[in-house]
Amino acid sequence: MSNPDVAIIDGGGANIASLQYALERLGATSKLSSDAATIRSASHVILPGVGAAAAAMRKLRDHDLVALIPQLEQPVLGICLGMQLLGASSDEDNAECIGVFPDHAIKLHASPETPVPNMGWCQIKRCGNSPLTDGIDDGSWFYFVHSFALPVGKNTIASATHTGEFSAMIAKDNFFAAQFHPERSSSAGAKLLRNFLEMRT
Amino acid sequence: MRDGKVVKGVQFRNHRVVGDILELARRYCEEGADELVFYDITASPDGRSVDRSWVNSVASLLDIPFCVAGGIRSVADAEDVLNKGADKISINSPALANPKLIDELAKRFGSQCVVLGVDSRAEDGQYSVYQNTGDPNKTSAARRETVAWVLEAQDRGAGEVVLNCMNQDGVRQGYDTMQLSVVRKNCSVPLIASGGAGEPAHFLDVFTTAHVDGALAASVFHSGEIDIMDLKTFLTENNVEVRV
Repeated sequence: MSNPDVAIIDGGGANIASLQYALERLGATSKLSSDAATIRSASHVILPGVGAAAAAMRKLRDHDLVALIPQLEQPVLGICLGMQLLGASSDEDNAECIGVFPDHAIKLHASPETPVPNMGWCQIKRCGNSPLTDGIDDGSWFYFVHSFALPVGKNTIASATHTGEFSAMIAKDNFFAAQFHPERSSSAGAKLLRNFLEMRT
Repeated sequence: MRDGKVVKGVQFRNHRVVGDILELARRYCEEGADELVFYDITASPDGRSVDRSWVNSVASLLDIPFCVAGGIRSVADAEDVLNKGADKISINSPALANPKLIDELAKRFGSQCVVLGVDSRAEDGQYSVYQNTGDPNKTSAARRETVAWVLEAQDRGAGEVVLNCMNQDGVRQGYDTMQLSVVRKNCSVPLIASGGAGEPAHFLDVFTTAHVDGALAASVFHSGEIDIMDLKTFLTENNVEVRV
């Protein structure tokens, strides 16, 4: 079986290097692209998260990717903002998002004990089974950096808690998403990425 | 290297030293460190361009977040470091010289990757900020009160504060929990304690009495005196929630 060839959708912004390095450590090649044909032909597609929702959506729209993404048939993984973009809409800039998932991203509530952005290692609570969470223990720690999140819903496969509970991971058909950064979540994150890369169309 | 966290400028260009850093980074990562901070002092103030290819090497090795501190004086510097795979950048003296740099960085990259480093010292019953502490000959009072500076930086968009308590730094008598408590009460972004760690009890103390979000240490880990996994087990046994 050939090694995974991942297309990372270019939504503008910086900091894709750590994700690419993580894929490299797992034996996958990856390229950053906003070209529809390249994205369509990749074995796996990752929608990463950098910047703000409205700006990222604008960039996707400029490249005619908003209609393309829901039609992709290979495994697709949204990370951080990428997860929120796969939702229907967001509190952030009142952005209308891609809508693979029906949920609306809400702003995290700040309190003295729980500052926003929520930044750091949090434990997840698994719910249901998914190939993405195969072999990942309930209570595993992942690294989060975010100010918005999707609420817990029917597609939630793991939750985490800030001031309230939110979706840490969601899944529907060939679409998956994680609010945390698997590329920065040590061995648990590597396991998750490996699970994703082992999925086949 | 100096104090387990600082690498001397000229030597840093030497591949052997970079190899040593990577080995150390790998060790800390495997031992269970939650985040690493690299103090880059290659970026000397003379404004020459800086070779930051080591950031790529670190990013390709690590699967935990890391922050680069030192030498970041502009949005372009920060962009370079972040593009090479760093998760956060930490600024200290350049922010004191030009506080607007915090606003610019937060606006461009988001507060989550803008860390404010503060070197603070108790004197005459108040806490004061010091600058250019990387070089003993250039260290000077910044003429700012610590809590006021933290609040200003937070308002400008700093997403995290690393408070290095200079009275305690290097003496290994424990973190300055009194000062950290004062700042904690006023600071609404994550606060990381720095300076003074000598034994596991000091970590427990700073988490339980000053309620900081993280504790940074260098020499005790570098020397091997404290094993990170042992420390985390100790904290867990004492009801401090840490990733294990």
